[in-house]
Amino acid sequence: MTLVHTSIADQPRYDCRDAYVETLAELAHADHRIVGVVNDSVGSSKLNSFRKAFPDRLINVGIAEQDMVGVASGLANGGRIPFVSAASCFLTGRALEQIKADVAYSNTNVKLCGMSPGVAYGELGPTHHSIEDIAWLRAISNMTIIVPADPIETAAALRWAAASDGPVFIRVSRMSVPKIYPEDYEFELGKAITVREGNDVTLISNGTVLWRALAAAERLAEEGISARVLSMPSVKPLDTDAVVAAARETAGIVTAEEAVAGGGLGGAVAETVVQQHPARVSILGFPEFAPTGSAGYLLDRYGLSPAGIADAARKLVTTGT
Amino acid sequence: MTLTVEHATLPVLGRLPIHSSRAEQIAHIAEAAKQIRIQDLKLVHHAGAGHIGGDFSAIDILATLYGAVLDIAPETVNDPERDRFILSKGHVAGALYTTLAAFGFLPVAELATFLKPLSALNGHPNRNKVAGVEANTGPLGHGLPVAVGHALSAKLDVSLRRTYVLVGDGELQEGSNWEAMMAASQYQLDRLTVIVDRNRLQQGATTKETNDLDPLPEKASAFGFAVVEVNGHDHGELLDVLSAVPFRPGKPTFVIAHTHKGHPISFMSNNVAWHHRVPDAAEFQQALTELERPRFTGELV
Repeated sequence: MTLVHTSIADQPRYDCRDAYVETLAELAHADHRIVGVVNDSVGSSKLNSFRKAFPDRLINVGIAEQDMVGVASGLANGGRIPFVSAASCFLTGRALEQIKADVAYSNTNVKLCGMSPGVAYGELGPTHHSIEDIAWLRAISNMTIIVPADPIETAAALRWAAASDGPVFIRVSRMSVPKIYPEDYEFELGKAITVREGNDVTLISNGTVLWRALAAAERLAEEGISARVLSMPSVKPLDTDAVVAAARETAGIVTAEEAVAGGGLGGAVAETVVQQHPARVSILGFPEFAPTGSAGYLLDRYGLSPAGIADAARKLVTTGT
Repeated sequence: MTLTVEHATLPVLGRLPIHSSRAEQIAHIAEAAKQIRIQDLKLVHHAGAGHIGGDFSAIDILATLYGAVLDIAPETVNDPERDRFILSKGHVAGALYTTLAAFGFLPVAELATFLKPLSALNGHPNRNKVAGVEANTGPLGHGLPVAVGHALSAKLDVSLRRTYVLVGDGELQEGSNWEAMMAASQYQLDRLTVIVDRNRLQQGATTKETNDLDPLPEKASAFGFAVVEVNGHDHGELLDVLSAVPFRPGKPTFVIAHTHKGHPISFMSNNVAWHHRVPDAAEFQQALTELERPRFTGELV
């Protein structure tokens, strides 16, 4: 049998929320301490089946995000492991102080799952976009921030979070993405994964943009540019060793993420590079409130398409900027 | 600043034997409240900061809870089945620390570190630093949602443990409280008791002048709570009410404790100036005298 090579862009696509709810149910079956906490977001979090299987363990506080995060903190005090599931824009923005004071400052065992982050709600506009979530939470001590890139990594991150003790924020996208990781992938906190080897330039990405970075590397390869692609699901803590190695071994770094261009993955990488091994970093993300438009349109518009990422990398290799 | 011996001589009060009479319990609470106020006065005076008005407003409630109501003790401070108490009005941390010290949760000597660099005794309580503190509070409107989570966890565990949360009345201006009250009612959390320290004063004005809470009993009732009003400085009333909750099966309890900021000090009581004013030497002496103690003779350096 001959294997036909297909590009990452041609792979079947998945909604990471399916892996989310499937894994949460699996974890809840195995551990009675696990509960879901939602803000009327049962449907948008795809948690209907969870609610059916565990009616008492899906706590819906209604449209009340501050209460939702406080309640989760209290549940954790009683020995439960709450997975808070709500649109990332409201979870992180509306309840930011609760995340700081009730969860992070007290190092409470609450897992915050930001659903439909970035520009997933493209047409609904910047009130519903959640491009700031990573930057906001990255400034808070004790927060772990994970941005999975595919359904396999989403499931792996959830399993890791359930087994860890302390505050975790996981972004769970509704945007369709191809599978990138092997089925037996296990999440390791603070570790980058080299998903493609390369020596000319390094692309660092995560979440819904990772496959686009891989597709960009495929394009660059056709032009004779060898791009290393690092998957960086763990924004905090960051794998600074991998970043420094990329800065040392390649002409520069392009970061690409579905988030504000600064303060998130790009900011974390730039801070590391500036302090440990100065090198050129090109940060791709959203430099402003995005206009209305589908998520795909918005990603393309702000250079987060395979072509846009390839352009940034090519420019870095050829002109050094 | 050095500490006088006097500063760290709070007598540690234990729990009363289980079959103590009501009169014995009230006497125990009264003695605790008096000792806690004296120590708290010294605490604030020494630290040169604190919220003595709100402290004194809440101390009778704290003394009643720790002296005769809550099923918690220093040796069971981490027992999953302990009752939970959350001080939502976290700026009166001094009153909580002093209460915890009075009942043996915290070494009395540690009170001397209040607000000092690297002290566990921050201006607002932290649950990782101080045994007996169940939630980080300080920013207002946080304690009640967390308390709802505590009560929900107890309900999921089919446990009889109770949750008490003390909120300031001004604090009820934060919308998160009303979100939490709706959820408490929806989940029929009748092991949850909200106590409002209804002193009618906030930082710089009365609640009525600022964002009036009245009619508070009707509001709480409309949100699904069983509402009780008490004199928040009457130990007998507090004891009777707080040990008898829930008043209505299936409903969370809302106790409106009518209090005065700065009670019972003549020049502090019900005086908005004492939100976070620090008594000077003369005021300190007078307050001590009014708290029925021999005149303080220790040296304050």
